[in-house]
Amino acid sequence: MRIELTVNGTRREADDVWEGESLLYALRERLGLPGSKNACEQGECGSCTVYLDGTPVCACLVAAGQAQGREVTTVEGLAGEELDPVQQAFVEKGAVQCGFCTPGFLMSTKDLLERNPEPTDPEIREALAGNLCRCTGYEKILDAVRAAAVAKR
Amino acid sequence: MDFLAPTSWAEALETKAAHPDALPVAGGTDVMVELNFDHRRPAALLDLTRVPELQEWSRDAGRIRLGAGVTYSRVITELGGALPGLAMAARTVGSPQIRNRGTVGGNLGAASPAGDSHPALLAAFAEVEIASVRGTRVVPVAEFFTGVKRSVLEADELIAAVRVTPPAGPQQFCKIGTRNAMVIAVSAFGFALHPDRRVVGTGIGSAAPTPRPAPEAAAFLAGELEAAGLWDSRGPLPEGLATDFGRRVRDAAAPIDDVRGSAAYRLHALSVMARRAATWAWDSYRDENRSAAA
Ligand SMILES: Cc1cc2nc3c(=O)[nH]c(=O)nc-3n(C[C@H](O)[C@H](O)[C@H](O)COP(=O)(O)OP(=O)(O)OC[C@H]3O[C@@H](n4cnc5c(N)ncnc54)[C@H](O)[C@@H]3O)c2cc1C
Ligand code: FES
Ligand code: FES
Repeated sequence: MRIELTVNGTRREADDVWEGESLLYALRERLGLPGSKNACEQGECGSCTVYLDGTPVCACLVAAGQAQGREVTTVEGLAGEELDPVQQAFVEKGAVQCGFCTPGFLMSTKDLLERNPEPTDPEIREALAGNLCRCTGYEKILDAVRAAAVAKR
Repeated sequence: MDFLAPTSWAEALETKAAHPDALPVAGGTDVMVELNFDHRRPAALLDLTRVPELQEWSRDAGRIRLGAGVTYSRVITELGGALPGLAMAARTVGSPQIRNRGTVGGNLGAASPAGDSHPALLAAFAEVEIASVRGTRVVPVAEFFTGVKRSVLEADELIAAVRVTPPAGPQQFCKIGTRNAMVIAVSAFGFALHPDRRVVGTGIGSAAPTPRPAPEAAAFLAGELEAAGLWDSRGPLPEGLATDFGRRVRDAAAPIDDVRGSAAYRLHALSVMARRAATWAWDSYRDENRSAAA
């Protein structure tokens, strides 16, 4: 089937989409947007986190057909001329090692700071509970989230 | 495979009647895992996210009618006050991303013994509104589950909504898992005091083939409270009563050993959760009185 959706502000179409295929697969394999990562395909790791109509979701658990006509924002849509303050903070605090989890953490962090500009540490942990990182031990990621909160003020 | 995407409730029911083997998909947090891992190849997917009626909740004759497609995130933000037990359960589900997508209707549809909505809905004596082109029927949650991942839903039926009366008394939800986020319950317990009817509500999760209430334990506790005049006096619970209640809840369970925990551990955990839930709820009930008097 064909789906039409808005991705990062641009109208896009994908053809030959299999009816049981995930939005993650469609983004990566059909629309040339490999920023959202595929690590578990079962909602556990958050590396595929995108916004669907403004709400963060696991793209691996959305059927591509469910995104028909909807608005999707991926990590590719975060930076404008300059990096988003959340991306900048991750760079500056060394919150990235292999980088596989980073797109998901960026999307979840951005959502957190939009809802709650001054999160406490427990609130940060709760907001990032659906994102796993095998490299950093999370400390630098927490530093980056705190720094991004300050930078955005 | 077909992808069917009705845009109204009437169309959804007609589509399900015409394609009884189509698999409904709401938040997809159960269905998409099965598809991604090739555990399931349905003839068609029936997308319910474009059916506006399912995404709504309303107050109807003193009850809350919660559309099957309302997400956990919305239960938490919009219904934390009106459905406290269900909102407590919703806060323990998965992660923010899962709660943004997963729905109470999908939890019922999956009918897992470990579904976290179920103990809360059981304790609240909620009812499931089921519909098809043939009509609508209302089934108490306690009668909805028929086996592991099985329910009374017929092939042409969809879950329309859950009907819950906002509580007249405190509610509690307890869940044991290996960590706080992103766990399937090792076991769970829902509890509600219904002082208006002098009844106690209970719900056991992950400790039997289906979610189930503990009716004998509930009747025992309500009877003891009645006999001691405690519903009116709101005095302290007699020594040992909550522990005795916990033991009776445990006796209502029939757990198995599996990767998440042993049957023995589940039984122990249930007796502790039931004791604590009853104690916490009773303390809140007493506090309500004190704040009312103040
Ligand atoms: C990472 C992860 C963590 C999770 N953690 C938890 C947890 O902590 N607690 C918990 O209880 N669950 C958990 N789940 C399971 C899942 O999120 C819940 O069961 C959720 O409520 C399913 O809702 P959904 O809308 O996503 O359902 P879907 O996946 O869309 O559907 C689930 C089932 O219900 C059927 N269905 C959906 N809507 C209807 C309807 N209106 N009428 C008839 N049938 C319908 C579908 O056909 C399917 O069989 C988790 C899942 C994942 C991936
Ligand atoms: S790939 Fe989607 S949550 Fe892991
Ligand atoms: S940086 Fe490697 S998984 Fe997080």
